[in-house]
Amino acid sequence: MSALTDLLDRAERVYRDWRFTTVKEWKARTGGLAVGYMPVWVPREVLHAQGVLPVGVMGAGDDLEIIRGDAYYQSYICHIPRSTIELALNGSLDCLDGMLFPATCDVIRNLSGIWKLTFADKLVRYYDTPQDFDPARGGAFVRKDLEELSEDLARRGARPLTAAALRRSVEAYNENRRLVRGLYDLRRDAPWKVPTYELYVLLRAGMVLPVEESSAMLASYRAAVEADTSRRPMDQARVVLSGSFCEQPPLGLLKTLERSGCYIVDDDLAQVHRWIRSDVPLEGDPLDALVAASLHDAIPHPTRWSEGEKKGEDLVERVRRSRAGGVLFAAPSFCDPALLDQPMAVAAIERAGIPWTAFKYAENGGQFQVIREQAGTFADSIKLWSAA
Amino acid sequence: MPTPKDALKDDSQLRQKTMIADHFTRLSRAPDTGEKCVYTYVPGNLTELLRAFGTLPVLPEINALQSGMRGKSRDFIALAEKTGHSEDVCAYVKSDIGMQAAGNVGPTGERLPKPDLLLLSYTGCFTFLKWFELLREQYQCPTVMLHVPYQGEGAITASMRKYVVDQIKEKLIPALEQVTGRAYDEDLLKEHLARSAKAEDDLVAVLESAKHVPSPIDSWFGGVYYIGPIFTAFRGTQDAVEYYRMLRAEVEERVRLGKGPVTPDGDLERERYRVVVEGPPPWTHFRELWKMFADEGAVVVASTYTKVGGVYDFGFRHDPSRPLETLADYCMGCYTNLNLPTRVDMIARYVREYSADGFLINSVKSCKSFSAGQLMILREVEKRTGRPGGFIESDLVDPRYFSAANVKNRLESYFQMIEQKRTGVGVA
Repeated sequence: MSALTDLLDRAERVYRDWRFTTVKEWKARTGGLAVGYMPVWVPREVLHAQGVLPVGVMGAGDDLEIIRGDAYYQSYICHIPRSTIELALNGSLDCLDGMLFPATCDVIRNLSGIWKLTFADKLVRYYDTPQDFDPARGGAFVRKDLEELSEDLARRGARPLTAAALRRSVEAYNENRRLVRGLYDLRRDAPWKVPTYELYVLLRAGMVLPVEESSAMLASYRAAVEADTSRRPMDQARVVLSGSFCEQPPLGLLKTLERSGCYIVDDDLAQVHRWIRSDVPLEGDPLDALVAASLHDAIPHPTRWSEGEKKGEDLVERVRRSRAGGVLFAAPSFCDPALLDQPMAVAAIERAGIPWTAFKYAENGGQFQVIREQAGTFADSIKLWSAA
Repeated sequence: MPTPKDALKDDSQLRQKTMIADHFTRLSRAPDTGEKCVYTYVPGNLTELLRAFGTLPVLPEINALQSGMRGKSRDFIALAEKTGHSEDVCAYVKSDIGMQAAGNVGPTGERLPKPDLLLLSYTGCFTFLKWFELLREQYQCPTVMLHVPYQGEGAITASMRKYVVDQIKEKLIPALEQVTGRAYDEDLLKEHLARSAKAEDDLVAVLESAKHVPSPIDSWFGGVYYIGPIFTAFRGTQDAVEYYRMLRAEVEERVRLGKGPVTPDGDLERERYRVVVEGPPPWTHFRELWKMFADEGAVVVASTYTKVGGVYDFGFRHDPSRPLETLADYCMGCYTNLNLPTRVDMIARYVREYSADGFLINSVKSCKSFSAGQLMILREVEKRTGRPGGFIESDLVDPRYFSAANVKNRLESYFQMIEQKRTGVGVA
């Protein structure tokens, strides 16, 4: 029990450490480069294969007062770019040798430009993930993008990319993704064993720590919770949390949802660990395999063109697979992809006769009473009237 | 001083009005005539290709902005929000969704046809993707996603160009052939592209006329009318060639006569301030804001909004000798597809080349493609040019976000600041 507590304490310390102490320690120890990335579509394997530490930068949550970051954005822009700029301006990100900005929305896209203007000495790349999924078109384009990224990293002192190293990195991340999927499965089957706020801090720590350390942490956690007989089921409603893929909800909000009577049995949190759905094949050219995974094995997503799919059907399927009784749509305020997607997802959910409710949040929100009441009422309604 | 009615009597304006009216009439009759309609967007529009297949373009942003100018967007937005669309998101989308829910009657009062094809020219705006997913849900028609890579590194690479060309060749052209039953005719496309280049030459001459002091045009309030045909359904048509020839002649005549730009109250008598504007106008209060500028003697000599459908003044022209490549380059070169450093360079260049007293940002809530990063742009352009920057906030078509008193107050303060800079008053 105390080993579990220690593990979770460490994960939460890493998650809350906006000074990125572990990254600085890693750099001092290895002399390697560290490159930050924003959600969601990050090819961490390429960085890892070149000896670069990929570091997830997900804003500063509710732990940092935003002073200069607000001077960069109007009131109707979401919170994550403000706190990210704040982190950069207060020196927290000095340990990063570069930043990757994957294509998720106009705000993050333009943040890459702010970075270029402000931190001219750093590697800054906008990573334009393909919206055309034909291997000869989108595949060739993204492969070239990855090769250019790799060359940029090498110019800054990273090891050149080799197929052998990339294959080893793919293997390391496959293992990590398997562990994450395993914990999601365990939470689906026995949510009392894996509270979401615990899983979440592990995932967040895994975005900062080296993948090998993250995998060890996930495996230890799983062994500990499976052995823990004190965790027993409660009368809670099973829900899917949808829409929180970029700016993350504060940890207090996740705890609030669970305390209000919900078991979160699937979610969109920290998706960098799960955007590739299954193992990337180790046979053949590993870069081709990674490209193919990004085209054909990526999760359906509000920021990804839905080619031939009926919008929202994937969410319906996730609800069924996780045996959830309803959906909590939880989007950050002013998040265009999530909020524009929501009416289509809601329509699909309603067609399937699944109950839902919706609220918005900001990463630094601190008042959850209203959400607690809303989620509690929703959980009660599921338990009382739903067939699920 | 001429009345506003007089000010609308330029031949080019009458011509444009007729062109647009005819286009909407053709659209309304399309279900009977069998003409095929393709919904697409202004940035990255492939009008020459669509016209080469004999299809009629429908631009949802244009319908939304027209709804804003005609005072209809408030109700359309309310209708969309009632059906679950968030107050936080793009008002163009909500206005369009609301307009469809209310019967899809377009700006001229005629019903718009359903799309035969949705061409998602995914250029410089993420919302486009969501918007056409919403439309596809509604219309259940063929949809082509044309992914136009962002110029994140500030340049177009061979890989980016090939990606776009391959999509046009292998996805879009077959889809157009399927919808229209016509074979792709590259010679016909080249004819359209050659006409585009002619019209673009004349448009650039019109826009660059603002380098004269006094400027004969207003490049934002007037500019949005000048870009109308070329940014929408007419690029590559003979109508557009003739319109821009006529417009250029009129503007050159204004230069010859030393006239200032046309305003809602007629010709501007005295140019007091020359400014560059970044961002789109608030369509619901377009004339009101224009009047605020005109009352101060402020002329917009260059604007970035007039580059959203193509940046022509730095040399790009559609090139018939490389038809698909030129379309790809056009798409990738549209203003909101340029990274922030390029946008800063461009605005700073405008400030210098158009002898502007300063630059002003109209930050619209709806469009994060424009707005996110504008405060950084403000600081950078001020730093590079030494000219004062101003900042006002509004929205595209949601009238709830326009506060006339606030905007007026900010504008007056801004122009006072320019005045102080000129006279040295208040400068240590």
